[in-house]
Amino acid sequence: MRKINLIVNGRQHSIEADERETLLDVLRNRLGLTGPRFGCGAEQCGSCSVLIEGEDKPSCAVEVGALSGKTIVTVEGLGTAENPHPLQTAFLEKQAGQCGYCLSGILVASKALLDRNSSPTRAEIAEALAWHLCRCGAHNRILDAVALAASRMKVPA
Amino acid sequence: MIPPSLQANPVLERWISFPAAGKVRVAFGKVEYGQGIATSLAQIAAEELDVAMQRLIVVNAASGEVPDEGLTVGSMSIEMSGASLRAAAAEVRALFAQEAATRLGCDVDEIVIRDGEFLRDGRQTDLDYWKLAPHVDLRQAPQGKARWKTSDRHHIVGKSQPRSDLPAKVFGGGFIQDIPLKDVTHARVLRQPGYKATIKALDEAAIRKAAGGDIDILRDNSFLAFLSKSERAVTLAVAAAEQHLMWNDARDVNPTLSDPLALKSLPATPWEGGAPAPDSSNRRKHSASYGRPFIAHGSMGPSHGIARFDGDTLKVWTHAQGVYPIRGMLARITGLAPDKIHVEHTQGPGCYGHNGADDATCDAAAIAVRRPEQTIRVQWRREDEFGYEPLGTAMQIELSGELDAAGRLVDFSSEIWSGPHVGRGYALVEAALAPGTPPPPPMSIPGFSGGRLNATPSYEIAATRIRENVIVPPVRTSSLRGLGGPVNTYACECFVDELAGIAGTDPLSYRLSMTSDPRASAVLERLGALSNWSRRGAGGNGDGLGLAYSRHRDRGAYVGVAVALRVDTEVRLKEMWCVADVGLVINPDGAKNQIEGGMVMAASWALKEHVKLGGRGIASTMWDDYPILRFPEVPSIRIELVPQSGAAPFGTGEISSGPTMAAIANAIAHALGVRIRDMPFTREKIAATLLVD
Repeated sequence: MRKINLIVNGRQHSIEADERETLLDVLRNRLGLTGPRFGCGAEQCGSCSVLIEGEDKPSCAVEVGALSGKTIVTVEGLGTAENPHPLQTAFLEKQAGQCGYCLSGILVASKALLDRNSSPTRAEIAEALAWHLCRCGAHNRILDAVALAASRMKVPA
Repeated sequence: MIPPSLQANPVLERWISFPAAGKVRVAFGKVEYGQGIATSLAQIAAEELDVAMQRLIVVNAASGEVPDEGLTVGSMSIEMSGASLRAAAAEVRALFAQEAATRLGCDVDEIVIRDGEFLRDGRQTDLDYWKLAPHVDLRQAPQGKARWKTSDRHHIVGKSQPRSDLPAKVFGGGFIQDIPLKDVTHARVLRQPGYKATIKALDEAAIRKAAGGDIDILRDNSFLAFLSKSERAVTLAVAAAEQHLMWNDARDVNPTLSDPLALKSLPATPWEGGAPAPDSSNRRKHSASYGRPFIAHGSMGPSHGIARFDGDTLKVWTHAQGVYPIRGMLARITGLAPDKIHVEHTQGPGCYGHNGADDATCDAAAIAVRRPEQTIRVQWRREDEFGYEPLGTAMQIELSGELDAAGRLVDFSSEIWSGPHVGRGYALVEAALAPGTPPPPPMSIPGFSGGRLNATPSYEIAATRIRENVIVPPVRTSSLRGLGGPVNTYACECFVDELAGIAGTDPLSYRLSMTSDPRASAVLERLGALSNWSRRGAGGNGDGLGLAYSRHRDRGAYVGVAVALRVDTEVRLKEMWCVADVGLVINPDGAKNQIEGGMVMAASWALKEHVKLGGRGIASTMWDDYPILRFPEVPSIRIELVPQSGAAPFGTGEISSGPTMAAIANAIAHALGVRIRDMPFTREKIAATLLVD
């Protein structure tokens, strides 16, 4: 066990942890952030995705010991019901989801995409989400929602 | 007439009550799992009572709290629960209107209700549901006399309503996995490889060492669970146990049984029905065989169960498809009386039928009664879900048909080989606690077999017959979205396309010529227009356009799907269209979401999915072994609902998958000029087909 400093959703957390513990377990069990979800434990589905230094990464496969001082963003860091992120608003407007289990990972991945490309094409959105699985078949609504959010977030030139 | 679930739960108060000023409590036995049923049913209740949606408190399904409506299955919730809720609401409304009329000294026909307020001749009175509630006894049975509204008076039903379950899910919550629990005990179960398997040797010391933390090993016969306050410790323990455990009599499945054709080699119970073959001289005949392999539900989250036993009562949280059926199983497994078990439904990851949810719940309960005073949280691993969930059974379907001189299909036979489509009511933990005891035969419903749904094409055919051979599958199978219906529709609608070719008729005209039902024709004609069918070329150049049609379960929604695609080394879907007549539409956007989800899932089944058997049972245990359709592979989809204001509502969850698979197959045949009949239509299969051709 050692002390590890994490910056999660803009807040500093100092935790005592085995450095080999997965980021997913730490986020869910220690920090009470349930957005990142256990899906496969093998980097194959995207349910557990979070942003690490702005990049879409599976938190099931990252050991927490490697993350001291790194910035981590979960879906809870995007927005809240009272103050939602434009992506969350767009997902609700488009009813983009069925069971919804994949949405936390897809939302943070979409944020990472829009941060580096403010007006992605539909194909670019699909490519950015290619490793994220959705079983219910909400893909088109999700693509529509990301495009809608992008159009609203674009700073007028 | 009083609908069946209201007859079975005949106290009005059980469905509707007025617990606080301005609020309406609505309860039903169907559960939400992202299909939007809670929203649609709330619309029905609000409509009939004439109150705003915001006034409703929809009761979460929990034993004792909601009417018993069995399982949430078969696209039947709107038809079954919706009919009962509507009837209950109409009864409640009528009782209140009568009470108001008596108090106002007027005729009940003069009363109009607007958002819960009672108006007389359009003028306000001081009466509303909440003022009247103390004077109306809802602890009574329905009389069956109240009339519900006709659809021309609907203002909530028929309008798209955002789903009540979705907001929580975009903010990181909403699931059983997210319930905050104090001092939880994490549990992992190492599954018994087949019901006969017993533990030969278990190196507990090595497992404890690997866990690296304090763990409790629960071993009872062939049931083996690892418990700890540390999730990491149980994760490591169960992984180590795979290496430090030897089984006797572990199941050993022959990989060749992965092929649907192999079903024909297994012992079967046959069933036959239909008319005898008429005289068939001078007829053109055609036969063809179609196969669909075993497929997985493949929910994004492996199953989860939570239980706590305080020495007297058992509290359980589940994402099973209903709270009462699982309570019966839990009573059997724990030896507790049902009234000592409280079951609460909480949403889980995608359902699509009988996946591992029931088993994870039973695991948690079996552990909880052996470890009282602990809150047990069982999380299945990905490999547990893929490896031990009941599969959607493989099916082999052999069709033959005869055409009269005009080319019309006048005689049709189907022979089906299939495992059971309903295998409910028995949990894996039961086999592990009593190893060697074979599971009981699957629950059967008289006159019903999931394998025979939509076994004949949805057209007017003079003579049809079905022979179904239900085999005992090498691994457990149970219900998966649509049961055998989508697979039968797939085979029938491919076959109808082939017959159109033999008759020398365009596939759309051929279908239209075999139905006199105007609703069927309307769906097909609109589908033709949407998909630009008239400009469909001769095919054979790699670009394909195909369509298919069915009436869901021969009595529900009318559904047509068309698919445009391109085939080179593999199939690339370009566009899909669906036209559906689902009767009275409750929540149009919700219905479209369900129909579209069904199309994408079916496209994934058709192009990619194939569970591989072998070794101790199922060999494809991770997503890398079981590819599904991904974002860049999903085509654009357009869905149109045919307005049918006067009709009864039909369910939508399962209706699009059969036509979608068939339309894809028909489009591939159009693109290639040669037909592939065994799913999935992978790159390998296309290459093999083109080589042979």
